[in-house]
Amino acid sequence: MNIELRSNKDFWAGILLIVTGAASIFIASGYPFGSTMRMGPGYFPSVLGAILLLFGIYVMIIGLRRGEKIAVHCSLRALIVLSLSLVAFGVLMKHAGFIPALVVLIFGSASAGREVKFVEVLLLTVTLTGLSVAVFIWGLGLPYPLIKGF
Amino acid sequence: MELFNHLIFGFSVALSLQNLLYCLIGVLVGTLIGVLPGIGPVATIAMLLPLTFNVPPVAAMIMLAGIYYGAMYGGSTTSILVNLPGETASVVTCIDGYQMARQGRAGAALAIAAIGSFFAGTVCTLLIALFAPPLAQFALKFSSAEYFSLMLMGLVAAAVLAHGDMVKSLAMVVVGLLLGIVGADVNSGIKRFSFGFYELADGIGVVTIAVGVFAVGEILSNLSDPEERQVFTSKVTNLFPTKEDLKQSFGAIVRGTGVGAFFGVLPGTTPAIASFSSYMVEKKLAKDPSRFGHGAIEGVAGPESANNADAQCKFIPMLTLGIPASGTMALMLGALMIYGIAPGPQVMTEKPDLFWGLIASMWIGNVMLLVLNLPLIGMWVSLLKLPYRLLFPAIMAFSAIGIYSTNNSSFDVYLMAIFGILGIVWRMLDCSPVPMMLGFVLGPMVEENLRRALQVSRGDPSVFVTRPFSLAFIVATVLILIVMAAPAVRKWWGTAEASSR
Repeated sequence: MNIELRSNKDFWAGILLIVTGAASIFIASGYPFGSTMRMGPGYFPSVLGAILLLFGIYVMIIGLRRGEKIAVHCSLRALIVLSLSLVAFGVLMKHAGFIPALVVLIFGSASAGREVKFVEVLLLTVTLTGLSVAVFIWGLGLPYPLIKGF
Repeated sequence: MELFNHLIFGFSVALSLQNLLYCLIGVLVGTLIGVLPGIGPVATIAMLLPLTFNVPPVAAMIMLAGIYYGAMYGGSTTSILVNLPGETASVVTCIDGYQMARQGRAGAALAIAAIGSFFAGTVCTLLIALFAPPLAQFALKFSSAEYFSLMLMGLVAAAVLAHGDMVKSLAMVVVGLLLGIVGADVNSGIKRFSFGFYELADGIGVVTIAVGVFAVGEILSNLSDPEERQVFTSKVTNLFPTKEDLKQSFGAIVRGTGVGAFFGVLPGTTPAIASFSSYMVEKKLAKDPSRFGHGAIEGVAGPESANNADAQCKFIPMLTLGIPASGTMALMLGALMIYGIAPGPQVMTEKPDLFWGLIASMWIGNVMLLVLNLPLIGMWVSLLKLPYRLLFPAIMAFSAIGIYSTNNSSFDVYLMAIFGILGIVWRMLDCSPVPMMLGFVLGPMVEENLRRALQVSRGDPSVFVTRPFSLAFIVATVLILIVMAAPAVRKWWGTAEASSR
């Protein structure tokens, strides 16, 4: 694949729409289609998928003709760190309790930024965790153990 | 007379201690996020929604609405003082507002912005009270065919009037519709697109998707796009505008309110478009257009009235027809559903306390903003110095706790992460997530009404063009598409959007 195509905004938008449309038609084909008079559960998603497929093809062609570049960028580091922090939060909420989950989430998110100062992040984590415990557990009475096992 | 009875009833609801308190919290939070760039009303409302589940729906809706119009006030403050719009709606206010501040007239600019917003808010409260009841009465007669065509019109209009590529926005509506029907089908009970996850049987939560796309997605895009914030604060002296100022801005405020109200009821238009259009109107009408850009007070008065009018009039289609005209309204509609209230024209008759209480609270909220905003300006400005690297972990924490607490489910938190990633991918590919939100909220209703209409007509699709109102909506949809696809209009709209961004 050439470099031009790799950063072609509308080309990729078209591909994404085509894939979404095709996947929806494929999955919906497993549900009863019914008829126009009695629409089954597969009817609406199949029609939407087909529309999406057509839009996708159009957008992709536009992309090939115009060749506009992707202007918004995404820091891969931030993407990975933030997603992992959220996943860790989900896991820890179930198995370790509110405080460990929050500490990991806040510390993790904060370190996704560009300029990370360790002491500052530490202070932020402590402050925000304390604040959250006060607001959500004591204030709003959410029924989560602060630390599991205690 | 009925109008006044309704309004008096509304005020009796809104003036209860609890509702006043929630209104105050709403407008304060709204102003705060209006001041802070990098977090908008959609993300904030989504984040705070889970915390309102134990609050009565009336109070919750009053607070959420307060966040929305409060943000419009907050956005203007920073535009004027530091040339930094907290919200996109206030971008044009920077042009003349900041110039006024540099000439030492920051106080006058802030006061005029607040007065204009208040005037617009008052007029729009009356407009809603005046036009919502007949509109809802009218919509109560609709059958499924009319509803389907109406929703189609709303969605298409929202997509083509939203900024960005028209075809991609339409496609995003379809993506939203598909996401909206995830979960058990009401008729057959088949779990669609659930990929075997029982957590998806009830569908994707509106809060999960909104927080994912708008809060996490926005953080990702802010972290990836380095932008240094520098704050130069001008001293605010002499808050009172002169007689001359008031005379000059009066016309602009009235016209701005009109422009804002007009754009307000159109689906898809943002307050940014309303304020930009108002600025253009003022510049055209001015005796000496060259003053614009050098601190013309009309350039603050008009747009600030317009964006507040737009924000408030967006409630008309949402409350009376159940059609969201913007991302925030889609979320408010989702909130209603979470509280167990089916949106649509019956809300007014079945939940009069919610309907009239909410409307009255908007006026009360505007009074609070007018009174509180000016004295608190110093505090808002000092909050601007809060660096983003301290702000976004807090947003992450509150979002995650809110999402988790909705269903006590870690799955929802993972889903939020996925939608955060989708949010940044969509932004990179210039696919606007707002039309997706509208489609998502309306998805199940669109399918249900399409299904019912075709069942009644025995599978004959001509039902949509033989019933007069349905035909009118279809014709309007086609007209909107044709007009907006015309290259000249597209270009004009494009420049309007570009300059308002």
